[in-house]
Amino acid sequence: MKAVIVGCGRVGAGLADELDRAGWQVLILDTSTAAFDRLPSTFRGTALRGDGTDEDTLRRAGAEDADLFLSLTEGDNRNVMAAQLAIEALGARRTVAKINDPVRAEAYAHLGIAALCRTNLMTSAVLGLVGQATGDRPGIYTPVVEHTHVDVPASPAGGTPSTEA
Amino acid sequence: MFVLVVGGGKVGYYLTKELIESGHEVALMEKDRVRAGQIADEIGSVVISHDGCEGKYLHEAGANRADIVAAVTGDDEDNLVICQMAKHHFDVPRTIARVNNPKNESLFRHLGVDEIISPTRMILGSIEQDIPVHELLHLAALGVGELEIIEARLQPGSPAIGRSALDLTVPDGCSLFGVIRDGKPTPLSAGTVLAEGDKVIAIGRPDCEPALRDQLIGESEA
Repeated sequence: MKAVIVGCGRVGAGLADELDRAGWQVLILDTSTAAFDRLPSTFRGTALRGDGTDEDTLRRAGAEDADLFLSLTEGDNRNVMAAQLAIEALGARRTVAKINDPVRAEAYAHLGIAALCRTNLMTSAVLGLVGQATGDRPGIYTPVVEHTHVDVPASPAGGTPSTEA
Repeated sequence: MFVLVVGGGKVGYYLTKELIESGHEVALMEKDRVRAGQIADEIGSVVISHDGCEGKYLHEAGANRADIVAAVTGDDEDNLVICQMAKHHFDVPRTIARVNNPKNESLFRHLGVDEIISPTRMILGSIEQDIPVHELLHLAALGVGELEIIEARLQPGSPAIGRSALDLTVPDGCSLFGVIRDGKPTPLSAGTVLAEGDKVIAIGRPDCEPALRDQLIGESEA
């Protein structure tokens, strides 16, 4: 199984290590090489410096056909774009993007992106800790539909029709 | 016409000013408070000092009644998200994105952004026009869909030289438009025999280019 991880923060590095130990082939990217200090010395996967929202970089790094693609940088929008690149251009089978804004997370679940929302995870955790009801706050918004592109119903006011075949 | 501009850099600033001058209703979103304040001092209360990527603030800015959302920040990923939120969350009829990395154009188009403006591509196209390369030149992208206006200069060795323009087999999704000879545009007719130095203008999808190149430029030398 092949995993590509964009963003070598604590979560990215931790997951890279865990998946590597579990026998996955792991490729992790970050724009800063210093971030790779978070990886343990036992890590057998590939760590490459590069921008995970750049299609050329991802291809050169060998990020095609991943079984799992995780975009976990500090930028919600960067994560959204990397995830959509992975699905649309790189043939990723499963993609999770960290989207900390719950409104955006839910919107992208409706566009077919699994969204990991730290805001909800932490809010629920603290509410649970102090014995309050956690409410409906998914930590991961699972995709409502398969990832869709231009065939999403156009707006009623008549957006420009696509000429794509 | 209500236009929501997101991104108060140079492009967003001048765009907003021009739109106001031509009598449109405009709102400009800029997340940097200092920058937003500067613009507001000059052009008034149309500036909203919030992040245009956030659903909550897009709503407050009136995205649900916007006719056009123009995402012109300096970051491609932000412009993509702004347009997708506008389109899919607020049903905005027309979205326009500024794109820095020309490679992102097809992804953005594929993901439903209506119009994509790439300054990098435009400057590149302008430079290419000045260099006599054995290649197709991209003169312009047409607003709708993926069509491009392409120019081929017939160099010695082009298989098209000496043939009638109407005899060329052009691929599906592509149409020859005319010939520019000695600086004069000429429509295509059965009598148009192509000659060295002619510039053939075609309109087509990017995937037609290899076939078009074979017909007009010849086997690629690169």
